[in-house]
Amino acid sequence: MLSVQNLDVAYGPTQILFDVSMEVPANELFCVMGRNGVGKTTLLNAIMGVLRPTGGRVFFEGRDLGKMHPYQRVKAGLAYVPQTRGSFPQLTVLESLKVVVDASDRGDRDAMEDAIELFPRLRKLLGRKAGLLSGGEAAQLAIARALVTKPRLLILDEPTEGIQPSIILEIEDAIANLNSSTGMSILLVEQYMEFALRLAGKHIVLDAGEVVSSGATADLDDARMRELLLL
Amino acid sequence: MDAFLGQVFTGLSVGSVLILIALGLTFTFGQMNVINMAHGEFIMAGAYTAFVLQDLIGTDTSLVVALPVAFVIAGTLGLLLELVLVRRLYGRPLDTLLVTWGVSLMLQQLARDIFGAPNVQVRAPGWLGGSLHLAGATLSYSRIFIIGLVVVSVVGIWVFLTRLPQGARMRAVMQNRQLASCSGLKTHSIDRLTFFIGSGLAGIAGVALTLLGSTGPTLGTNYIVDAFLVVVVGGLGQLRGAVIAAVALGLLNAFVEFSTEASIARVAVFVAIVAFLQFRPQGLFVMKSRALT
Repeated sequence: MLSVQNLDVAYGPTQILFDVSMEVPANELFCVMGRNGVGKTTLLNAIMGVLRPTGGRVFFEGRDLGKMHPYQRVKAGLAYVPQTRGSFPQLTVLESLKVVVDASDRGDRDAMEDAIELFPRLRKLLGRKAGLLSGGEAAQLAIARALVTKPRLLILDEPTEGIQPSIILEIEDAIANLNSSTGMSILLVEQYMEFALRLAGKHIVLDAGEVVSSGATADLDDARMRELLLL
Repeated sequence: MDAFLGQVFTGLSVGSVLILIALGLTFTFGQMNVINMAHGEFIMAGAYTAFVLQDLIGTDTSLVVALPVAFVIAGTLGLLLELVLVRRLYGRPLDTLLVTWGVSLMLQQLARDIFGAPNVQVRAPGWLGGSLHLAGATLSYSRIFIIGLVVVSVVGIWVFLTRLPQGARMRAVMQNRQLASCSGLKTHSIDRLTFFIGSGLAGIAGVALTLLGSTGPTLGTNYIVDAFLVVVVGGLGQLRGAVIAAVALGLLNAFVEFSTEASIARVAVFVAIVAFLQFRPQGLFVMKSRALT
């Protein structure tokens, strides 16, 4: 479904990603793992078009995403929840969802209702300014905002980072649920190993900008995994 | 008392024109980080629109007709500027400043070539001729008309921003451009809409200014500095900030000018703004958020 081929990304003279390739199959929950600073977020930003790769290509459902702007990639069926979980601080929760639905060709009222259904906590907060939400609430809003475009591939960058454990469980359930009940493909960047191992079918592990391991998560050797992920 | 009221009134009418000018700037500056030095020439374009129309259709109706026409003409000029030049220079504020300044000079020269260097006079329609006597002060109808016009425009903009989907999109892009793009908002067409509306408001301000004085090629440059001051004092991208700052600036100017003279008034206003920015460098209002960035 998503095919990344020999991707190189550099910030000026500093190269971050070296020849990264991966295949995310349809209906799969795919995990990108790796320590801090190995280039996971850079990879997602390049897939989304926020960064221009210096080499390599990205295909989605057979289409070359090439020089498409991020909003064109959303139209093509991608949705992105960045790690910063940025918000439109002065828009209310409801307005934040509506503005994204209105701009989307696929999204509609039902999609909005479904997204709120998935995160019931948001229903009480619809009138609150997005900039005033707590970290966990903002993370849920960010995922809901991505879902209202009815994406075929949802890209999540560390959705549980820095969030209280009770909300981590809610988010984890929601992600697993989305993948199993709707068949939505999910590309997840995660450092929290247990979470990734529990959910993901396939994975790659990045180290210093290169793919050092890839395959089915079930085959992963625990000792090898710890060596790659822990300091 | 009557002199006091008169100054309040003068300050309000000048301040309200500043609101219109500054709103356009605060949109383009706040949303796109574009310092548009040609914004003043969109004011001039609006004023000359009123001048041309009064010869074409007569002064009785020309003023009212000129408002929407000037909005479209100035808006289109802004749109062209965005399409042809500004779009290529996003993220390079200094280059944009120089380029739009160049455009500003070219538009001034164009006005000189078409209308001549001397100022022209737009005659107020007969129905704005008189004035209202209130508590001993004389309030001219034309100034009352300007204040009313600005109130209607500001309410219109507010309704647009808070009630219409296009307005919500504009606010979203203003508050977080990258997130908006990653959420599927077509930032490029929203930028064009913003430029059109912001420039169009300058056109309306230009028509209003024909009621306060004569129209010349440098009309815009007289107001552009004040408008930038309003944007900085009010806070970027802030509707209510611009409104409050513009009225405050208009009143301050009117009162200091009344008690001393014009050039001292300028100095006093600048000193007041410098002092204000020492305490609130971010302006009157900022976008509130719990996020650090």
